[in-house]
Amino acid sequence: MRVALFLTCVNDTLYPDTGRAVVKLLTRLGVEVDFPMAQTCCGQAHYNTGYRHETEPMARHFSDVFGEYEAIVTPSGSCGAMVRELYPRLGERARAEGRGDGLATALAPVVPKTYELTEFLVDVLGVTDVGAYYPHKVTYHPTCHGLRGLGLGDRPRRLLQAVKGLELVELPGAEECCGFGGTFSLKNSDVSAAMGADKVRNAESTGADVLCAADNSCLMHIGGTMARLSTEMRPVHIAEILASTEEEPAA
Amino acid sequence: MSGTFVGMPAFPKAAHEAVNNPTLRGNLRHATHTIRAKREKAVAEVSDWAELREAGKRIKDHTLRHLDDYLVQLEESVTAAGGIVHWAADADEANRIVTELVKATGESEVVKVKSMATQEIGLNEALEEAGIHAYETDLAELIVQLGKDRPSHILVPAIHRNRGEIRDIFAKEMSEWGRPAPEGLTDTPAELAEAARLHLREKFLRAKVGVSGANFMVAETGTLVVVESEGNGRMCLTLPETLISVVGIEKIVPTWQDLEVFLQTLPRSSTAERMNPYTSTWTGTTDGDGPKTFHLVLLDNGRTDTLADEVGRQALRCIRCSACLNVCPVYERAGGHAYGSVYPGPIGAILSPQLRGTASEIDASLPYASSLCGACYEVCPVAIDIPEVLVHLRERVVQGGEVTREGNKVVLKPAKGHAAERAAMRAARWAFARPGAVRAGQRLASRTRRLHPRRLPLPGPGKAWSETRDLPPVPAEPFRDWWQRTQGGKGGAK
Repeated sequence: MRVALFLTCVNDTLYPDTGRAVVKLLTRLGVEVDFPMAQTCCGQAHYNTGYRHETEPMARHFSDVFGEYEAIVTPSGSCGAMVRELYPRLGERARAEGRGDGLATALAPVVPKTYELTEFLVDVLGVTDVGAYYPHKVTYHPTCHGLRGLGLGDRPRRLLQAVKGLELVELPGAEECCGFGGTFSLKNSDVSAAMGADKVRNAESTGADVLCAADNSCLMHIGGTMARLSTEMRPVHIAEILASTEEEPAA
Repeated sequence: MSGTFVGMPAFPKAAHEAVNNPTLRGNLRHATHTIRAKREKAVAEVSDWAELREAGKRIKDHTLRHLDDYLVQLEESVTAAGGIVHWAADADEANRIVTELVKATGESEVVKVKSMATQEIGLNEALEEAGIHAYETDLAELIVQLGKDRPSHILVPAIHRNRGEIRDIFAKEMSEWGRPAPEGLTDTPAELAEAARLHLREKFLRAKVGVSGANFMVAETGTLVVVESEGNGRMCLTLPETLISVVGIEKIVPTWQDLEVFLQTLPRSSTAERMNPYTSTWTGTTDGDGPKTFHLVLLDNGRTDTLADEVGRQALRCIRCSACLNVCPVYERAGGHAYGSVYPGPIGAILSPQLRGTASEIDASLPYASSLCGACYEVCPVAIDIPEVLVHLRERVVQGGEVTREGNKVVLKPAKGHAAERAAMRAARWAFARPGAVRAGQRLASRTRRLHPRRLPLPGPGKAWSETRDLPPVPAEPFRDWWQRTQGGKGGAK
């Protein structure tokens, strides 16, 4: 199976390790991964900040770049939700504004074949034990758009539970937002920071070494807060845990 | 980038105070988490919750779609049952009508059932100006009124107060308004409730005019419904000779049967009760029973304008349960006052900028008072997609466009204070259409990475981030460079 890695602009720029982990993991599971070099950004930040019209050409570009692949896999719940949930809405709004079906038609092909990484593993490849080894105490934070937008459910937890050596501990208030929220973190930085600090305190109370999530943007906020609060924990993307093996363990 | 990108209008400023007030944070945390957990349990008991939610949504959508017809039907039914119907286009008109009606009775005081519509129009203040005292009889509204405070929650307006604060308010203020608090009042809930009961009793027995809102109005029969848990509503609705109800036009349901849905979803969503304790219904007037005169003031005040917006109109489905407030992580930390409206929380953030427009600083900031986590949508018993409307209203703020104000189509200009943000978004869109430009930017960031501060306060959005959070380190090379260099790791390099 040949799939396109939609890495996301944040991961491409700031978290290449997550990208390498996805490639390593999928390759190990027999998937042929391509990284279309023309990919840029899905437009989520624009859309959610109120720039829907600026988002449209970005969505069209996404569809041009990824339209031909069998499946599109992304290590981000929120960017995955952008394509799956909000691209159809972009098309509907254009139609409602009397601009015809053009946008909806252009975006339609990528919507159903875009998968967040854990969805792709569990639903498409049908695996929960990916042969990973990660000897650490881990707590999992379900990020909002993956949880409520994509309905990832217990997929990430099932994958983590099957990792050899990994001890998964419950995060109190797990389903509460960490406070990142894209431009919310800047426009309402006080509330965002308060939410982040509460999330970190809850994570700390578990005694875990690692806080795992499926979105690096949320982890950037949580990790930045952890560093400032001098916490012993560190944030790790789920792809890096699932890619880790006894032969090549992740740090 | 200048500070305007961060655009720090009213909500963030007000929230700043609340976030740094430990008593308030503690009160809100305790209260919202308690109600949140109870609601979850109460809702989980109902096996057909999803169907009830869908039914509630459909009933409301249908009614709003045919609101013109149902309003006329309601007026006919209420009139036929002996009530008198008044129409108020805005807050001023509604206040004027109610003031005149009270004056016509010759009375100088009224007792009130807790009502969001009368809060919205500032009725108590308008009556006071005309020399009429309005006494709130809901316990929490009483606390707010005695404390010369503002409500901070739709259902529990004194949620920001703890027991000790309430005791102090009662002990100090009750004597100003009527029967004083008992000597040696403590902060035990039973004693506080008893003090309120005694204080309110004399008001109930004396009042000749009652003022209420309504949770529902049944078009087919002209019946109004008030749902409450203290019995104060029942007192106000039955004892006075004259009853005046001020109700938003979106509160209609077509038939009694439709109530079946909402009388299941509302109590569980709001107070986590299986059945509402006091459900009062009345149809016009009845000889020898209850008020002799009944006036219904139907309030628009921005609702028709809201109805004209295809995305935003779903906010009119709201049944004021407050579940979205109780589950909202932003509300929990910012508190209700930061929303600058009687409608706080997620629903307030989409209602206020629609009912009032987005011209003011606070209203233009409300659509941003959310991380878009979606918890509000998940708990909403009429499935209002609050994040969708928030984003829609953000678009209205930054891009302007056509809206309906006071029944007229007007074209809004983009709001001021977003110029730098708009430029940044346009620049990013330009770059994202050009992978080469993205790559050049990434490389520049990588090559200068040792120069990037992680803790130093930066100006503008950098400061907003780095005051409380380290910035992430920039890697030596972006992923795309690694991919190209190694052919996705196949080239041997790691």
